[in-house]
Amino acid sequence: MVIAGVRSALRRGFELIERPFERLFGPAINPLAQLGALGFFFFWIVTVSGIYLFIFFDTGIERAFDSVETITNEYWFHAGVMRSLHRYASDLMVVMVATHLLREFAYDRYRGARWFSWFTGMPIIMLLYASGITGYWLVWDKLAHYVALMSSELLDWLPIFGEPIARNFIATGTLTSRFFTLMVFLHVAVPLFLLFMMWVHILRMSRPKVNPPRLLAGLSLAALVAVSFWNPALSQGHVDLARAPVEIGLDWFYLPVFPLIDLWGKGAVWGFLGAFFVMLGMMPWLPPLRRARPAVVDLAHCNGCKRCAEDCPFEAIRMVRRTDDRPFPAEPLVNNALCVSCGICVGSCPASTPFRRTEDLKTGIDLPDFSLRDLREQTIAAAQQLPAGPRVLVLACAHGGAAGRQAGTVVLPCVAMAPPSLIDFVLSRDLADGVVVAGCAESSCYHRLGADWMKQRFAGTRDPYLRARVPRERIAMVWTSALEGKRAAAEIEAFAARIKSLPPRQPRLPRSSGTSAPRREQPLSDVESRA
Amino acid sequence: MTQIVRRTGQFVVILALFAVVSSFAAWPVYRQTPPGSAVVVLTFVHSAGRKAACRRLTPQEIAKLPPNMRRTEVCSRERRPVYVELDVGGRTIYRASLAPTGIAGDGPSRVYYRFVVPAGGHSIAVRMRDSARADGFDYERQGRISLVPDQLFVIDFRSESGEFVFR
Repeated sequence: MVIAGVRSALRRGFELIERPFERLFGPAINPLAQLGALGFFFFWIVTVSGIYLFIFFDTGIERAFDSVETITNEYWFHAGVMRSLHRYASDLMVVMVATHLLREFAYDRYRGARWFSWFTGMPIIMLLYASGITGYWLVWDKLAHYVALMSSELLDWLPIFGEPIARNFIATGTLTSRFFTLMVFLHVAVPLFLLFMMWVHILRMSRPKVNPPRLLAGLSLAALVAVSFWNPALSQGHVDLARAPVEIGLDWFYLPVFPLIDLWGKGAVWGFLGAFFVMLGMMPWLPPLRRARPAVVDLAHCNGCKRCAEDCPFEAIRMVRRTDDRPFPAEPLVNNALCVSCGICVGSCPASTPFRRTEDLKTGIDLPDFSLRDLREQTIAAAQQLPAGPRVLVLACAHGGAAGRQAGTVVLPCVAMAPPSLIDFVLSRDLADGVVVAGCAESSCYHRLGADWMKQRFAGTRDPYLRARVPRERIAMVWTSALEGKRAAAEIEAFAARIKSLPPRQPRLPRSSGTSAPRREQPLSDVESRA
Repeated sequence: MTQIVRRTGQFVVILALFAVVSSFAAWPVYRQTPPGSAVVVLTFVHSAGRKAACRRLTPQEIAKLPPNMRRTEVCSRERRPVYVELDVGGRTIYRASLAPTGIAGDGPSRVYYRFVVPAGGHSIAVRMRDSARADGFDYERQGRISLVPDQLFVIDFRSESGEFVFR
């Protein structure tokens, strides 16, 4: 399909940029993985610099331009810099929003339960542009005249205004200072709505990234200040209503639509904008994402420990009052509309331990289409296929570079679906000599938090921990995108070579024979009491 | 040392990206009209008369009305369209029948038409009809204007005095 083709091409394009960025910045502060957070960051810079500029700005019709000139020339070392910060941070917000949108589209992170964030991104785009355009009016220079004429001509095309608004900007004496008061009001009110929509945009996300890492924020602010000194934002001469503003330095981030009016006409531009937003709004259903059935809670094996709710990246699980007679205060409730069937909740559940001998392996929360039992059986089956030599079992993310591997690989919706005890299970039962957790790209985890949770579980900073007895030298984590199959294979090969050089180990338990159920190491009651 | 080099590299990359973004904040310059041309705008807001004449109510019709709403005549709300023509250099470049605004068609007719002409002298004629007559015009003005490059020349209509204004 066309959309899938565009998505694939775009993804390859992002991969080309993203991997070098990840090497330079590292996954923690890779700017491409912080686009939303940087958008928020630039919004706050625009807000603070805007408040500062308002101290100096005069809303009088005759003095608006002069006050901006004073800011730019006389107080260039503080207010002038603030003006540049205000403008360039606004432009960067547009860049962040556009890149964020394209990246989420490229990585197919806008369909299914994610439709809400995609859909609420549309009013953000509209309000962002409305904020920027109203800001350009306030300077009341030639560019402001052009923006006023073109935006009002565009609005006048709609048959809702009695008198053409553009008439106000073609003759002296028609504008009063009240106009600037109105524009200041709009330039404050619209960004407030924008902030509100930014909040709505992240409502359905657990732990949304609204602040970039401090180092990235510091580097960005320093670069923005440097650019403000190097290329200060300037006005383009006082408005002369008797002259047409025909030659202007356009802000191509905020005002690219205006030249289109000259090329296509106003009706076509409205048509284009309407079609663009209708298409954008329909994207999550073109076609709808086919996903596995949502997670299901099994209260008989749940002690209401909240870990699944805390680890869910999409706020799909919330704790509610217990509905059975077991002596626990709460139970998880899965919102099927929000669940993306990533299985992270399964990996976080303390009852998810494959050591248990019970034939019908059950856990507190499970995926109906790929249960913990299926995972254990597939792991055992994959281990049996491992060739002699260093036997390396790969737990691969379905969205990562190792997903295409055949032998010795178990593909999961997210690597964080694998409880740490599964690694312990594999190594202690001598099912393999080493285990590779092969996730998707570290800075662009398909399920947002899977890579973080897995690393924290292994490091012993997040429940459920990987036990201390598990030999760390026999575990590797590989983070590669779906297009980096070769790199994933190379890293797995390198790990296998390292395993080969390790001294032989004494398995704690005899190797499991086939798919027979392993010895029960920890009764369920013990698991519950730990939780 | 490696860390310093790495941080410097990160800063340089961010700086370069931001510098590119700042460059496109006012560049490249966009020229809306060809050099040596001027912009002429024909714009006015004018209400034509009612589409249908008012009709006197009969005494019986008046008697049927509630006492506080009795009136002697009823008038249609809808207005006639305004017909306008504009000639530049003897050639008609704009001709339109401007429908009244409003859902009931009782608002004023409006026009905002911007076009580009070469700078220099031009003969201009503008005509408007807002009455029920089938041909001819109720208002008309013609004259010769001289435009300098990038001038914004406005042709307006003052309903109060019933005349076209060139400015």
